[in-house]
Amino acid sequence: MANGTIAAPAAEVDFYHVKGRHKGLLSWLLTTDHKRIGIMYLTVMSVFFLTAMTFGVLMRLEMLSPGETIMSAQTYNSLFTLHGVIMIFLFIIPGIPAVFGNFFLPIQIGAMDVQFPRLNLLSWYLYIIGGALAIFSLFGGGGWVDTGWTFYVPYSVRTTTNVSLSVFAAFVLGFSSILTGLNFITTIHRLRCPGMTFFRMPLFIWSIYATSWIQVLATPVVGITLVLIILERAFGIGVFDPTLGGDPILYQHLFWIYSHPAVYIMILPAMGVVSEIIPTFARKPIFGYVPIAISSLAIALVGYLVWGHHMFSSGISDTSRVIFSLLTFIVALPSGIKVFNWVATLYKGSIEMTAPMLYAMLFLFIFSIGGLTGLVLGALNTDLHVTDTYFVVAHFHYVMFGGMGIIFFASIHYWFPKMFGKMYNEKMAKVAAYIIGIGFNTLYFPMFIMGYMGMPRRYYDYLPEFQVYHLISTVGSWILVSGILIMVANLLSGLRNGSKAPSNPWGGTTLEWTVPSPPPLLNFDQIPTVDHGPYEHPEIAKRKEIKDE
Amino acid sequence: MEAHNNHDEHNDGHIAEAHHPSYGINILVWIGLLSLTAITVSVAGVNLGGLALTVALLIATIKSLFVMNFFMHVKFDNKVVKIFIGICMLVFVIVLILTFFDLTFRF
Repeated sequence: MANGTIAAPAAEVDFYHVKGRHKGLLSWLLTTDHKRIGIMYLTVMSVFFLTAMTFGVLMRLEMLSPGETIMSAQTYNSLFTLHGVIMIFLFIIPGIPAVFGNFFLPIQIGAMDVQFPRLNLLSWYLYIIGGALAIFSLFGGGGWVDTGWTFYVPYSVRTTTNVSLSVFAAFVLGFSSILTGLNFITTIHRLRCPGMTFFRMPLFIWSIYATSWIQVLATPVVGITLVLIILERAFGIGVFDPTLGGDPILYQHLFWIYSHPAVYIMILPAMGVVSEIIPTFARKPIFGYVPIAISSLAIALVGYLVWGHHMFSSGISDTSRVIFSLLTFIVALPSGIKVFNWVATLYKGSIEMTAPMLYAMLFLFIFSIGGLTGLVLGALNTDLHVTDTYFVVAHFHYVMFGGMGIIFFASIHYWFPKMFGKMYNEKMAKVAAYIIGIGFNTLYFPMFIMGYMGMPRRYYDYLPEFQVYHLISTVGSWILVSGILIMVANLLSGLRNGSKAPSNPWGGTTLEWTVPSPPPLLNFDQIPTVDHGPYEHPEIAKRKEIKDE
Repeated sequence: MEAHNNHDEHNDGHIAEAHHPSYGINILVWIGLLSLTAITVSVAGVNLGGLALTVALLIATIKSLFVMNFFMHVKFDNKVVKIFIGICMLVFVIVLILTFFDLTFRF
């Protein structure tokens, strides 16, 4: 199945060392093994993440003092566009599903691979082609794109920078996303092992399932929208041009019909990972399994209907403003259900504060601030005050980076032993987590205050009264980057010199912890049969049995 | 990998093949689609005022139903696929309604 003919007994040899039809680099580039594809995503994504992070640090350096500090206004415009495009389209959206979904979804449901392994590899290639096109667009005619990651018309139609190629890159990336979603939905429906009913699936799978539906339903909308930008630029067809009967606000509708659900593509898998980590390290079954599972679907559904809150100040009708504001408040409910259930799981748990758990706790703290400040933006009157200010930038980073980014770090620490068969230095991992937590809040919290005071976003210059906040924020970026670099160095060191990981180093209860670390090519000797829920710790089950007797 | 579900797939394939529409029906549907396109173009030249959009959407809906049911074989497919497509259509309709809350009440 994976990597051509299998020459070794699959159960004995881990997937890195199975001899297939191809050797060396080709054994990776032509593989159809979901685990190798997951690791290929991780490798490329890490490069994109570190690149976009560097752009972010350079932007913060520019904001260290008023006026031109290290770059021109035009360069700053291009940098925030590239930072956004790379982070959103190449890291945050595909991040957890493409890396950890690919690696762990089949194992967690007791399958040997995804339903369409070749399609899975095609998705990776589309991702690479999209990423390459985004990079080529930097060197093509017209210069670096300067529209912001939202590509709003009419500016994106009029600017002479290389918008068409960047937009086409996002279009190709969309196909990768759709095909991955399709593959995961089919895999979950068709390849669950015997006994693995929907309500015995790990909550990570539920979150991936909900996410996949959004990917399949919403991504085509942005695909068509981006093609319309290219057509507008090339032929001036007038869909978004009022002088030709078009409507520029229509672009915003179409863009956000995808891009708001995309926020949930980013955050739902992260929530799924939290639902895995907390019961493992609290040594308790998750509290409220069914509500958490259903709330993933509820978030996916209601999250689809709230895009208008990005357009409160764009000139949409008052009626739709009120409706979208109401719907926005409703979407807070399923998110709240998750947070309360996680806290209830921790209650009276035997908590072990390992690095993954530390990141999960950091997520709870940061995401709660991000979520609650979202309500300030979801309410019509307060939104008009802080719209297009640093308040939005702060909220966005608290939700996206504090949500998906921090949980990406948690995931890599949680599943690192299983993926690579090695352990990392736990103490150093915790030190990095603390530095990241401090750096994150130092970097982004002053932005809430600046935004409330009226500092507009996307400006390379500012009034002197904002300098102290920008200074704190820039220092925060240095702390944050130090933490991230320590974390990366620690993981790389673990990969090289770490001790061998046992099959279940954390005492996890889901199926991936029943197979060796790293797993064999076909994951299982025999397809397992499941007869209980995903979070039943054996010691608790034993205690229950004794009580019953 | 797909070996798990060979049995189901054979069944699905069998059902789809058994109800495969004939060439005659396919050609009829195609002629129907061409006619509806002609109607769309003709109606665009008539001043229907506020009804123009409704009529255009109605014709487009009928065309989509033809394409989905016959060319995409949804009519002959199993229940799960129908439910999935139903969900997609429902979401699409809701999105359309929400967008019209802006367009209809903007001015």
